[in-house]
Amino acid sequence: MSGFKFSWQAIAAAVLLIGALFTLPIVEAGADAPAPSLLIAATIAALLFCAIVFDGSRLAAGVRACFLFVAAHLAVFMLMSEIAGKNGSARAAFFLLLAACWLLAWRCVTLLSSLRPANRTAKTALRLLIPAIFGAWILIIWEAVTRGAGIPFILLPPPSAIGARIANSLPVLAADVNQTIFKAVIAGYVLGCGAGFVTAILADRISFLRKGLLPIGNMVSALPIIGVAPIMVMWFGFGWESKAAVVVIMTFFPMLVNTVAGLQASGHMERDLMRTYASNYWQTLLKLRLPAAAPFIFNALKINSTLALIGAIVAEFFGTPVVGMGFRISTEVGRMNIDMVWAEIAVAALAGSVFYGVIALVERAATFWHPSVRGGRA
Amino acid sequence: MREASPAVVSASKLGLTFQTNDGPVQALSDVDLTISKGEFVSFIGPSGCGKTTFLRVIADLEKATAGTISVNGMTPEQARMKRAYGYVFQAAALYPWRTIERNVALPLEIIGMPNAEQAERIRRTLDLVNLTGFEKKYPWQLSGGMQQRASIARALAFDADLLLMDEPFGALDEIVRDHLNQQLLELWERTNKTICFVTHSIPEAVYLSTRIIVMSPRPGRVTDVIESTLPKERPLDIRETPEFLAIAARVRDGLRAGHSYDD
Repeated sequence: MSGFKFSWQAIAAAVLLIGALFTLPIVEAGADAPAPSLLIAATIAALLFCAIVFDGSRLAAGVRACFLFVAAHLAVFMLMSEIAGKNGSARAAFFLLLAACWLLAWRCVTLLSSLRPANRTAKTALRLLIPAIFGAWILIIWEAVTRGAGIPFILLPPPSAIGARIANSLPVLAADVNQTIFKAVIAGYVLGCGAGFVTAILADRISFLRKGLLPIGNMVSALPIIGVAPIMVMWFGFGWESKAAVVVIMTFFPMLVNTVAGLQASGHMERDLMRTYASNYWQTLLKLRLPAAAPFIFNALKINSTLALIGAIVAEFFGTPVVGMGFRISTEVGRMNIDMVWAEIAVAALAGSVFYGVIALVERAATFWHPSVRGGRA
Repeated sequence: MREASPAVVSASKLGLTFQTNDGPVQALSDVDLTISKGEFVSFIGPSGCGKTTFLRVIADLEKATAGTISVNGMTPEQARMKRAYGYVFQAAALYPWRTIERNVALPLEIIGMPNAEQAERIRRTLDLVNLTGFEKKYPWQLSGGMQQRASIARALAFDADLLLMDEPFGALDEIVRDHLNQQLLELWERTNKTICFVTHSIPEAVYLSTRIIVMSPRPGRVTDVIESTLPKERPLDIRETPEFLAIAARVRDGLRAGHSYDD
């Protein structure tokens, strides 16, 4: 076998492949379904075998990764089409082949991670491709296991069903996002962060506020949101305003505490410098203390972006008009429409990531000078 | 001739006592000193001798608790409000979110100078410290010596007649320090400013100054005032001359006399 060098993933995949060949067919023969095709099983096995041999060869890592990528995904695609319409009929061979495909995809990612491309576009593409393959396999395994083992829909629907539900319910989801995110979250976030920021500047200026408010602030920030939400609904009604109020309460104190800390972040020397220029309070604030506080303020904005989303969704459990993400989750779970619940979860996760990502991008642009961003020494 | 020039800083019986948790600490006591226009005065002494504190009193960053001091004939606070001095700290203290150019512009923005005039000032002061071409760089992209030069440019920007420098080259290596000392002398000659310079280094003090104030700690006081006899034109190798060494020896004697080495 000189010239061949096998990775452990390839060896394990080979063992699984042999095991699969002894446990054929892939799916049970149903009464009304056509008999499982041995031809497809043979094609899958041949693909995987070629991939294993190819991986052991001495070709360039990039070429081997490409071949592994194509073979593993083609094989798993054929495997999935075998199980289509026959949920729960998978036999051992199905899972063994699935595991073999997954190992080869893993090997493919390992090879890709070891590449050191020279040009910038290739580097960026690779940086996106590796997590994309990784994420895709989470979905593939989820799909294959739920379909293959016939897991009850109510426990865990396959991602394809969730995807189909999202595609079919776009108007409903859009209305929910509009109600929860564009009304409650954004309004509450802007008001809460804004009020926290202004209060921090006042507390910095007026010592009784600093000494009196901050300790109380810590207590209020520990308030359980579950307790506050129904009260806010009683005060501000069923509309989005009460959810925005919950978001204000949740986001106010992280912003206050971080900004107060940030305003102390400028050094003595820098402040003495402003004093030698006979700079007034506002000049010192705008030209020194706020820029120095920016990393703290952005930290609060990032923390608050996730807090705001959680707050608005949970608050909708306590009374809302017939629209909103929290409302949808609480009613659809009662109607056993678990795929709709998952669809809302997926949309919330996506919206939350975009929200966080936008703030993180603005942060990078605004605090480019900070050692944590430019990756240098202080 | 010096007697004829007006006093820029004039202190008499000046004292400053800090109240600390361990009781009062006398940082300065009975300091009598007059600094005339155009002088280069160095303050030298061991840590805790009050040399930095004296500079900070001139700058109105600390308040004296005894005696009187005037800066340009005013109280230090009035002088600070009139932006009578530029101050250079031990570290460059440049703002990392501003380019070198914008850092130098900082005091000009605060005094509300029109933009066109600001640009002209920035160009001129950066030229004075040989930083032309680095306007758009950020402080963290420059070496320590260049950063300190930028901070000197910033202190010079609004053209105050008095420059207060608190161990500005203390954190730099000797080669860079020699170079900056030379440049500082050239700058002093060209601008005819009054400079108060705090240092730990005897050669630096002797090389730069027209007058050296030797101080000693506990309590901080002036123990010797040495008029330099060196010519105004000072190449680096003046430090090998007997005249230079004689002054350095006198400074060292002054430091030794004022400081008990038993503790």
